[in-house]
Parts: sequence; structure tokens; C-alpha cells
Amino acid sequence: MKKKTALILVFAMILMVFAGCSSGTGDEEKVIKIGVFEPLTGENGGGGFQEVLGIRYANTVYPTVEINGETYTVELVEVDNKSDKTEAVTAAQSLMSQGVSVVIGSYGSGVSIAAGEIFAESQVPAIGASCTNPQVTDGNDYYYRVCFLDPFQGTVMANYAIQNGAKTAAVITQLGDDYSSGLGAFFVDAFNRLGGAGSVISQEQFQTNQTDFKAILTNVKAKNPDVIFAPSSITTAPLLIQQARELGITSPIMGGDTWENATIIENAGAHAEGIVLSTFFDEAEPATDEAASFITGFKEYLVENGQDEIIPAVSALGYDAYLTALEGIKAANSTEGPAIRDALAGVSLVGVTGAISFNEIGDANKDMAFIKTVENGAFKFLMTVSVE
Amino acid sequence: MMKMNKRTKLILTIALAVAVMLLLAYLDANRAQYSYGIAILQRSAIYAIVAVAMNMLTGFTGLFSLGQAGFMAIGAYTVAILTIPVEDRPSVYYINGIADALANASLPLWAALILGGLLAAFVGGLIGIPVLRLKSDYLAIATLGFSEIIRAVIAAPQLDRITNGSYGLKSIPNFGSIYDVFIIAFLCILVMILIINSSYGRAFKAIREDEVAAEAMGINLFKHKGMVFIISCFFTGVSGGLLAVFMRSIDSKTFQVMLTYDILLIVVLGGLGSITGSIIGSFLITAAREWLRFFDNPLIIAGFQIPLFRSGFRMVIFSLVLMAIVLYYRKGIMGSKEFSWDGLYRFIHRLLSRVRRKTPGKEANHHE
Amino acid sequence: MDISVFLQHCLTGISLGGAYALIAIGYTMVYGILRLINFAHGDIFMMAGYFMIFAIASFPWYIAIPIVLIATIILGVLIERVAYKPLRNAPRMSIMISAIGVSYLLQNLATYLFTALPRGYPTIPLLKKIFEIGPLSASLVTLITPVITLVLVYVLILLINHSKAGMAMRAVSKDFETAQLMGIRINQIISITFAVGSLLAAVGSILYFTDRMTVFPFSGALPGLKCFVAAVLGGIGSIPGAMLGGFVLGLGETALVAMGYSTFSDAFTFVLLILMLLIKPTGLFGEKVTDKV
Repeated sequence: MKKKTALILVFAMILMVFAGCSSGTGDEEKVIKIGVFEPLTGENGGGGFQEVLGIRYANTVYPTVEINGETYTVELVEVDNKSDKTEAVTAAQSLMSQGVSVVIGSYGSGVSIAAGEIFAESQVPAIGASCTNPQVTDGNDYYYRVCFLDPFQGTVMANYAIQNGAKTAAVITQLGDDYSSGLGAFFVDAFNRLGGAGSVISQEQFQTNQTDFKAILTNVKAKNPDVIFAPSSITTAPLLIQQARELGITSPIMGGDTWENATIIENAGAHAEGIVLSTFFDEAEPATDEAASFITGFKEYLVENGQDEIIPAVSALGYDAYLTALEGIKAANSTEGPAIRDALAGVSLVGVTGAISFNEIGDANKDMAFIKTVENGAFKFLMTVSVE
Repeated sequence: MMKMNKRTKLILTIALAVAVMLLLAYLDANRAQYSYGIAILQRSAIYAIVAVAMNMLTGFTGLFSLGQAGFMAIGAYTVAILTIPVEDRPSVYYINGIADALANASLPLWAALILGGLLAAFVGGLIGIPVLRLKSDYLAIATLGFSEIIRAVIAAPQLDRITNGSYGLKSIPNFGSIYDVFIIAFLCILVMILIINSSYGRAFKAIREDEVAAEAMGINLFKHKGMVFIISCFFTGVSGGLLAVFMRSIDSKTFQVMLTYDILLIVVLGGLGSITGSIIGSFLITAAREWLRFFDNPLIIAGFQIPLFRSGFRMVIFSLVLMAIVLYYRKGIMGSKEFSWDGLYRFIHRLLSRVRRKTPGKEANHHE
Repeated sequence: MDISVFLQHCLTGISLGGAYALIAIGYTMVYGILRLINFAHGDIFMMAGYFMIFAIASFPWYIAIPIVLIATIILGVLIERVAYKPLRNAPRMSIMISAIGVSYLLQNLATYLFTALPRGYPTIPLLKKIFEIGPLSASLVTLITPVITLVLVYVLILLINHSKAGMAMRAVSKDFETAQLMGIRINQIISITFAVGSLLAAVGSILYFTDRMTVFPFSGALPGLKCFVAAVLGGIGSIPGAMLGGFVLGLGETALVAMGYSTFSDAFTFVLLILMLLIKPTGLFGEKVTDKV
């Protein structure tokens, strides 16, 4: 009896291994596959889902692409990388086996870095939507991205703080998280450069999954900085903001692009008022025609999907990444990875978040960030900041 | 019950080995198409090493350690730091730079793997020797805690120039060929089998059955426990090193407690005290994790959306299956038995006779 | 460090310690009776957080709180009945693995049902009132957490020492088989133990999450582990020990973070555990137990 079950299980296992490999036949001449490599569960599951919504919406708006005069239907192949590097590797391999021509993703730089080597090895170009860490594209010929980078973002926030009269700053980052630590380090550099060495008077770290920030905040409070910069995931940000306010810290708290998310306002409530963040997109200021039609169309799409009617910046970036992918495929006139990669290098289009073209590393030439704050329970556009 | 003679068994074993090699060669030749399948097999082989190492400790000696993730981290970081190409290091350590002593230190993969294993074993010795004197529950919680400490130390900003702290390591060169992982896994598991079948292995089992009786028989408890713990740590470290090469980029978050739990569940599914069980378990669970992915996508049949299918459902199914095994099928797939051709033969024999009984008319077909 | 900062840190530490203590008691009671590390205890605590979110959506807080307490007790007892009871005669390792399995299941279930996104914990206006004493600033919950902890522990000790069920509990933890022979209904006593442990976890959860405001599927994992360490520190099986262990951990962790070693605040917990096991394996208040052959 035992052996029987064992053998059946072994058999099932062998089938499973090959179930994933046996695809790839069918009417391939009319379908082009675009991989969607995003976290739907895990730490970044929420943000990843918003990005996927943007990509899905783009797919309903532009369901086909012309290659060599033939119309191809674009099929999205979604995988969940679970915000986890270990999962990311197999998730990426699964996309490769399904014969995707381009990959879009991911929310969260760590998983993008992990999967980047696999995309490059399989010669499939990838377009990052909101992964801002420099390491994603650096040294990887096949990775492009449509958003700005952390060094830029860190400088923008430091600039903004100094322009608003801050003389001293405290920086709080998450240990073991490349996004948070990286952005924090770039901010420290920029702030010390602009405000004179030693302007960053306090640097604190917290652990992943930590929920009690009172101790580090008490330290920060004792130093009494003019501004606090705390780039973090949307899981930790509301906790940090609330606990800071409860401890009586009144300095403005600033964060990075992840903070533009309704969850923060929902969870931090009234304490979220006055936080400052930089982001990629603002729905009140449609920069382009594409943006105007996107805003009306996507709001309906959000409602259909039972979401709030606020457009998250990552959805806009997901949309733009999809447009860029289509543009690259059109320019390459091919479904082959290397051809699309070469074509992407020269692509130039106007997306929702502004004009997109790539530099030699594969990063979008973006020199503008939107600074927002929270007022009366909603995100409010403050200003755009450009550097250089 | 009929038995096979030795020659038949040898032939079958060789045939199986040849079949596995042919399969690998076929996959290698069609790498682009089967990259997903290859990745699953490679990961399974890596998990098989650590699962067997854990089983040696838990299933054969009765020591419950939950520190696998930490020891894997030691192996992984050692291998990663020593094999990242020297010219890529400045871009990997892009924030703080690399420590001078390590800037040019480089080892071939095999040497780095052994060093990684040795380091893990050394650290394992440091922690194990004091704690092994205690009862096994405490060993579980102490090793679990220790693996968290290792993770915290790796991510510490004070070690930025060695482990690259929060930023993780990338650009780890891939295996030379797809065979490497399987050869290394085979060798590691072979060594562990030899140890388990030696007189030391018998002492381990005696300790598992009854510590007091084992001691009365003249088995030095402390020496044997320490030895099996250190050996287990060595192979855990090696498999961590392989995991780093397989993943190509690592950071401290890779080695969370969840990783240990995954390995534990492999061992439990395969059967505590069965090496072949652990190997089967690692292939099964790794494959199932991928195969069950379809649970995560909305399923629409004839325009009607089946309600349960959405993101996260896969892991729920997975944990339910594992609970069911623990509760109703405690011995796992293999119990404490090992795979043998005789066993398989008996199994097929029984299966056939059952089929024959059910469909007497078709009996002849089976003998064609 | 000036005195107000120091006091503020102390307040944080004591409040954290109080919540830890309430969870640690659940571990210590279950371990005392079943010799089982109930890995799922931290996740019961997390589920209590979610129960509160849903209860408060349809009821005022004074009805929601009892609902949460009852729901958590049911969950705790249910887990014992389904996952631990069938394994009563199985090797210890099997029960431990089953406990890990339950923890894994609850985390995955929470991710599936409530998504990985953090959910805002409802504000109970009474508890969230912010006090300012000189330069110190804290919400009421921070101040009353240690008080509630002390009161509950006192009541619990009274019950264990003087009620019938409490005496049965002590008998079972002293000697499982003999207690059974004496006519104590073991299963009932074990259920009561899980009920009390879950109740305290639910109270701890209300205090802890009111202070921290967000629940997500993994919010129980690390506090769970730490509270087990707290239980070991105090001597497993001893309720005052668990309480003391909770406070030691809460204060120690806060002190480390305050000194700028936040990297090692988690590690601290486990270093303390290993040191304790080396120096005095029975914990501060534990009794010496000899292994029977």
C-alpha cells in the first residue's frame, strides 16, 4: 500500500516536471507572449498587484501588435514571484520555458536583480516598471526600465528637503532590503553634499518584519532633526509614521515612491497628513495625451476590479512598460529576444509618465519626479523636481 | 515472495543510471525549451542534499535541528564572495566597496563549496557543542534562533564590506554545465549514505532509539551527537553554496526560517529515517510547488469563475496536504525504509495481481 | 542620554514586555502540560488581530472585544483538537512537526483570505488617548499594558492554585499518566489549557496591535518565537517566569535598539536563550526535571 502511493507520487512528480515543459506548440504565428513577472503575494504583493492591473489594462487597450504586416495577438503570461528571490528564479525560468518574447517587471528591485541573469542568459529582454535600484540594469544588457533610479530619487528628496529649509535630517532604513538601504544611502550622500558634511545627524536601521519602531524613533526624537527620511515598504511605513507621531515627533516624514499607495493613508489615518514622497506620476496633471485617456479609462477599469479610484503610480508605470514593450516589438519587427533588445535601445515614445527613451545602461532618461504630500486623507500634488 | 537475483538488480540499477543520464543529456541539448524543467530538477537536487543532511540528524539520530537556513547562508555567502568574478566586484559592492583582503580572493567553485561547507561545520560546532548537551526541544529552538542570528549578522551594516549587508550579492557565475549540480549532489549523498551505513551510523540509530541504553552500551553520546551535527552542517553548507550558484544572486532574506520549514516538510513527507524518501520528497515538493501554480490563477469554466482560485490558494493547498501527511500518514512516503528493487518488484507484482483479479479478461495482455 | 529619553525607552520596553509576557504564558502552559512547543501560538495571536478587524466592522468595540476573545479561544481549542490530539501517543517530534505545519497553514491561510497587504487595526478611542507627561508622550495602551498583564497573571495564578481545573492542570503537568489514572479527564484539561493560552494571546493581541496599528499575515511569526524564548528564559512551565521573561526581553531589546544596535535586537533574544540554556537550562524559575528511563 505504502509503496503503491509512493510510486504514484513519483509518477505524478515526473509528470509535473514535464507538464511545464510540454507547452510551446499551437498557432504560434499569430500570438506573441509577454511575460508579466510580478509579486502577487509576499511583502510586495499589494504593490505588485497594482502594477499588474496597469499592465492588464494596457493589454485591453492595445491587444494586438503588427509584425511584418501581420497582426499578432498579445498574450500576457503572468507569474507570481512572491516577493522572494528564491521563488523569483523558478518563476523567471517558467516564463522562459513558455517562450515569452519580452518580460515586464518586477515591483521590487531584489527579485528583478535575481531574475535579470536568467533573462539575459535566455536572451529575453526585460522592461522594469518600478524597480528603482541601479543594480537591476547595471551590467545586464537585457534589462531596461521605464522609471527613474534611486540615486536620482535620493537626490530629489534631499533637494526638496533643503529647499524647504531643513538643516538636519535623520534617515531610517530597513536592514536586508536593498531598496530601502540603497535609497537611504543615496539620500545621505546627497543631503550631506548639499547641506554640508554631518547634516545627517542620525541613521537608524530596523529589521524586516519589525513592527515596533518606538525605540529607534525615541533616538531620532532626541536628535531633533528638521526632517526624517524613511524609505520603506508599504507594510512598515504606516507603522513608522503613526508611532513617530504618537511619540510626539513633529518633523516632516519623507519617503520614496513606494509610499504613494492608498494603504498608507488607510492605515496611518490622520497621522499620514503631511508626509512627503516622490513618485513617478500624478493623475491631476496629465503630462501627455496618452495620460489623459489613460486616466479616464483606467479609473473605470479600477472600479470594475473593485479597487479604489486612485491611480497608483506603479499602475501607470506598468502601462508604460507595456507600451514600451509593444514599441520595441514593432521596431524590431520580430518576436526574437535579441532583435527586440536591440530595437528597445533606440525606442522613443510618449507614455503616461512622460517621454521614454533609454540611455546606454538601459535606464529611462527621466529627469523629473513628482513630489506629493497627504492632505485631508488624499495624496496632493506639490511640485515637480528635476535635477540637472 | 520471489526475489530477484543480484545480477538482475545490477542491470536494473545500471539501466536506471543510464536512463537518468540520457534524460539529462536530452534536457541539456534542448536547454532553451526545457530551462524551467532543468531549473526545477537542479533545485530539487540541491534541496535533496540538505534534506538528506537534515534527515541524518533528525531521522537517524533523533536530534531536531531547525538551523538549516542559517548554515545554508554561511555556505552560500562563502561561495558567492569567493566566486564572483574579480572584475565585477566593484559593481556588486556599489555602495561601500569590498574589503581589501577579499578584493582579489577568488577560488574555483569546487574549492569554494568545500570551504563553505567547512565554515558551516565550524560554526555548527561552535553552536552545537554547548547546546547538544540539552534536550532535543531546546536544540530545535536554539538552532532556529541561531539561524536568525546568522541572518542578522550577514545583514549588519558593520559587515557591509564583506557580505554587502542589505544589498545582497549578485553576478555569481553559473554552473559550467547542467551536470555539475547532479554530480555534486550524487557525491554528497553517497558520502552520507556511507556514513549512515558505517558503525557510526549504527551508533546514531542507537542514540535515536534510546539515549540511555546507547550510553550504557558504551556509545559516547556527546561525541557522536557532535559528530553527526557537524557532518550535517557541512553538507547543509555545501548545498547552500550550490543554491547561491543556482540563484545567481542572494541576500540575507533568502535564508529565512521559511526555508528551514520547507526542508523539514520535505524530510517529513519523504519519511524520517529514509534517505531515498528525502530524495523523492525534495523532487516531489519542489515540482509540486511549481505545478500547483495554476491554483493561483482565476479559473473560468464555461464563463463561470470558480470562486476559490486566486492568489495564495496554492500555498493553502500545499499546507493542507502537508498537515494531512503529518496527521494521517505520519510515516511519509517511505517510512524508514529505503528504495530497493525487491520492494519495487513486490509492489508491481501486487499491483498486477490486483488488476488481474479485477479484469480477468485482459489478463493475457499483461504477459505480451 | 538625557533622562526623558531614558524614561521614554523604559516605557516602550515595559509595554512591549507586557505584550510579550501575555503571549509567553500561552507557550509555557502548553509546554508544561504537553511538552510541546506550540509553534502555532504566534499565529493564533496574529489571527486574533484579524478577528478584531472584522468584529469591529459590524459591532461597537465593547461587543467586538468579547467576540474576538471567544473566537480566538475557539480557534486555539480547535487547533488542539484537530492537529495535536490525534498525535497524543505519537513521538514528540511528530507533534512538533504538526505544530510547525499549523503555523505554516495559518500564515498561508491569512495571506490567502486577507492578502499580504497590511490591514489597519481598528482604533479603540479609549485606548488610543495620548498622554503627555512632561517631555514623555505615550498613548494610554502603552501605559496600561503592563498593568493589565500583571492583573491577568495574578488572577491566573490564583486560579491555578485554587480552582479544581487549576489543580488538575498542575497534576497533569507533573505526571501525565498518573493524573490520567487518578481520573482526571486529560483531554478536557488540555482544552482548558489551550483556551486560557489563547485567551491571553487574544488580550495580548489587542494590546500589541492597538499600539502598532497594522496586522499582516506574518505579524505573529517573530513575536511568537521571541515569546517562546521568554518562556524558556523564565523556566518553562512557570507562569511568573514567563512574565518575567517577557519583560526582560522587551526591555533588553529596547535597550539594544536605543544604543544603536538594532541590527542585533533579534539576535539578542536568541543569544540570551543560548546563554541561559548553557548556564541554567531550567530557566529562572524552572524546576529540575529528571528524565525517566
